Amino acid sequence: MSDHILRLDDVHTDIGQYQILHGISLNVPEGGVHVLLGRNGAGKTTTLRTIMGLWRARAGAITFHHHDISNLHTSDIARLGIAYVPENMGIFGGLTVAENMRLATHSDRFDAGRLDRIYDLFPAMKTFWDRPAWALSGGQKQMLAISRAIIEKRDLILIDEPTKGLAPAIIEAMIAAFREIAQDTTILLVEQNFHFASSLGDSVAVIDDGRISHHGDMADLVADADLQNRLLSLSMNA
Amino acid sequence: MNKQISSLFEKAGGVYALPVILMVIALPLVGSFPTWVTLTVAGLGMGMMIFLMASGLSLVFGLMDVLNFGHSAFISFGAFIAASVLSVLAVWVGADNWVLNLLALTLAIGAAMLFGLVAGWAFEAVIVRPVYSDHLRQILITIGALIVADQLVLVIWGGIPISVPKPAFLQGSFFIGDISIEIYRSFAFVVGVVVFGLLYLVLNRTRLGLLIRAGVENREMVEALGFRIGRLFVLVFVVGSALAAMGGAMWGGYQGLISGELGSQVMILVFIVVIIGGLGSIEGSLLGALLVGLLGNYVAFIFPKLSLASNMLLMMVILLWRPYGLKPAIKR
Amino acid sequence: MTDLASNPPASRVTTGRVIVWTLAALIGLTLMFAPFLFTDVRSQQVAARICVFIVLAASYDLLIGYTGIVSFAHTMFFGLGAYGAAIALKAMGGGWAAIALGGAGGIAAAIVLAFLIGVLSLRVKAIFFAMVTLAAASVMMVLASQFSGLTGGEDGIVYTTPDLFKPATRLLVDADGGVIKLFGVSLNGKIAAYYFVFLISLALFWFLLRIVRSPLGTVLEAIRENEMRAEALGYRVVAYRTAVFIIAAIVAALAGLLWAVWLKYTGPDSVLSFDIMIDILLMVVIGGMGTMYGAVIGVALMSLAQYYLKDIMEVAASATANVPVLPQMLNPDRWLLWLGILFILLVYFFPAGIAGTLMKKGGQK
Repeated sequence: MSDHILRLDDVHTDIGQYQILHGISLNVPEGGVHVLLGRNGAGKTTTLRTIMGLWRARAGAITFHHHDISNLHTSDIARLGIAYVPENMGIFGGLTVAENMRLATHSDRFDAGRLDRIYDLFPAMKTFWDRPAWALSGGQKQMLAISRAIIEKRDLILIDEPTKGLAPAIIEAMIAAFREIAQDTTILLVEQNFHFASSLGDSVAVIDDGRISHHGDMADLVADADLQNRLLSLSMNA
Repeated sequence: MNKQISSLFEKAGGVYALPVILMVIALPLVGSFPTWVTLTVAGLGMGMMIFLMASGLSLVFGLMDVLNFGHSAFISFGAFIAASVLSVLAVWVGADNWVLNLLALTLAIGAAMLFGLVAGWAFEAVIVRPVYSDHLRQILITIGALIVADQLVLVIWGGIPISVPKPAFLQGSFFIGDISIEIYRSFAFVVGVVVFGLLYLVLNRTRLGLLIRAGVENREMVEALGFRIGRLFVLVFVVGSALAAMGGAMWGGYQGLISGELGSQVMILVFIVVIIGGLGSIEGSLLGALLVGLLGNYVAFIFPKLSLASNMLLMMVILLWRPYGLKPAIKR
Repeated sequence: MTDLASNPPASRVTTGRVIVWTLAALIGLTLMFAPFLFTDVRSQQVAARICVFIVLAASYDLLIGYTGIVSFAHTMFFGLGAYGAAIALKAMGGGWAAIALGGAGGIAAAIVLAFLIGVLSLRVKAIFFAMVTLAAASVMMVLASQFSGLTGGEDGIVYTTPDLFKPATRLLVDADGGVIKLFGVSLNGKIAAYYFVFLISLALFWFLLRIVRSPLGTVLEAIRENEMRAEALGYRVVAYRTAVFIIAAIVAALAGLLWAVWLKYTGPDSVLSFDIMIDILLMVVIGGMGTMYGAVIGVALMSLAQYYLKDIMEVAASATANVPVLPQMLNPDRWLLWLGILFILLVYFFPAGIAGTLMKKGGQK
């Protein structure tokens, strides 16, 4: 993993009059699952939204595949190959599952192989294909949100707290699905659930008060209980 | 509402049954069946004209949270432009030849819509775009634009009401037994149904429509999927303005005599319709428009003084029952 | 969104603020001595109108400037107060009891309507509010013209006011029983009527100033700046907004009462018309939203413009009589066209209005 797919260099983001990110620097290697951990309000979601261009960085640079994307329009960032699964999942409830998926394609056509793969990962998508999305359960909505992100080839997927509010059994299924997805895509995952994060993550960065306070291999963090306590005492809920 | 009634209500078609329920209630109150048919057709025709004007406003609001008070300017200009074209083509309009009549009418409505397209595009770029996401300034600026547009109508067409020639083939009424039905309103109804059908097809059967419906629900997510919502919005705005101009043109013909206040007067009904129907859905606008049209006509017959107040009351009741309107687009 | 109508903390004294205060004070002083400064009938009429409209515009500013919600029903409340007084004065004759009773009735109606509209439309989306108030106001206008038995319809109501306000009333008499003149002005009932309007307007304006400087005003500003955050801090935004809407409605109704007493006439054109609503909106925005003093400046400026801009346009229109289109655009009746354009430019470039823009400028003193 010599190459970095995404680099954040001293990124500052303000929301209204509040400073949220005070200089985030982060390298996301190509391939694998990379986790952002941190307390509520530490700036995790803001980091993802800033990458997507949904909020503008006041200062700093964001590069994707060595292209500066910090001034691009959100839709252009998406078209460079970044998929975003927001915390609220961003499902279009008034549309059917199929329509939600169609919107996520840029060609308006489905790749049969990718669709089969999604059906394998999440059989519910096939069952409910023509149902309106508002009728799905919370877990199914999350599956739909993730399916949308992988219906076409994307180099990087940003996922914000996919386990929030999900039952433990579904979380286990998600872990399996994410492992599968990570085989050909890089995932940047924001999580509060340490069990979920630690069983998936290759590397981990911890955000505290708008800054990266720790960066390293997930395995090291899992092995070091002291470090966990120090970094995550407030966010552990595994 | 108690559970049995509400499940019965849903089985009967839910909110879509409301116009029918209203018609049924009105029958004994109106008393005479032929009168009731006349009023119902008149109400449906009026409703469809209001629908033309309301649908664009509702979609524009749904997609971008833009409340455009200037919308009524397109209604006024549509009416006046169509009236001018009809006056110029007076010979065709009055000819005893429905082809020439229709041609004149098509040209008049076409001119109004063309104006709506062009002016809508300019209006969006100059007036609305600089103040996205700032509701207060948006309302203020669109009101400023409305003031200017209304004054321009007076500058161009003068302060005296002008009469709108009605194409010969749309004049008068036809009779079924002793039931009299106004031709113009039936025509307006048919035009409205066709436009609704087209809008419905575009929204539900095309990718563009899919994008618009998705954008109404969550525009940020549409952008995050890789689409420029801004361009989509310009399109919806322009089409909405053209429809408003079309509605204004039809409304002018129905009134026969139009003055500078036409836009602002109709706009009240349009707002009531959009609020009743729920923002962001054309089905809601249709439902609201039919209810307002029907109720307005029934009440005008039964208690003439309360016609407009009845629609206000309808709005209050519906807001109490469903604060977001009858059929709002699902938000987030 | 936040730069609109937001000012430096009230405690800071800047040259800009001093200018605004001075302007407001000058206008106030002019109004205070208006009967002695301008003795013709038209000027007194303008002065009284400015007094009433300052109250009306300031109460509207409480709504739009301090909560950020746009209402089109302000003339409706203005009209309720006026019609309440007018109907009672017509029915009971020109006594103080009629004013009190009619005013109370009008205010009660204003409170009920404001409560209903606020509760129904504010809880959903503030933007609904603009539409609902517009619809309500136009329905009120139609009702006023249709229930002519009570309201006089389009013609309105003419009535008498308390004897004190009759021009023949002598406030002070000299030894011979003639009315005493002060600086050449007879101290008659007309003067009493003017000072009735002026003093109550002053009191109402002072009351509004107190409100925006009270803890309530602070909460309102917090809500305006960041609704979500205010909600998160536990403020019940809808309740506050409804309360402000009701307060503004009461003050508007009182202004209507004053106007009805001064004019001795109430009709749709004098209190309910949509043109008045547009006037108020222009006055507040041009003067400067969220400043209260902006309302004073806006009203004075607009009222003067209404009288003098028309004169200038008259001249310009006749000077360009041979040019096509231009004369129509310069017709004095089209003065709103130019005001509308000015208004759009102002909202673009100086959304804080005259007072707001001035207050932001200038160093500290």
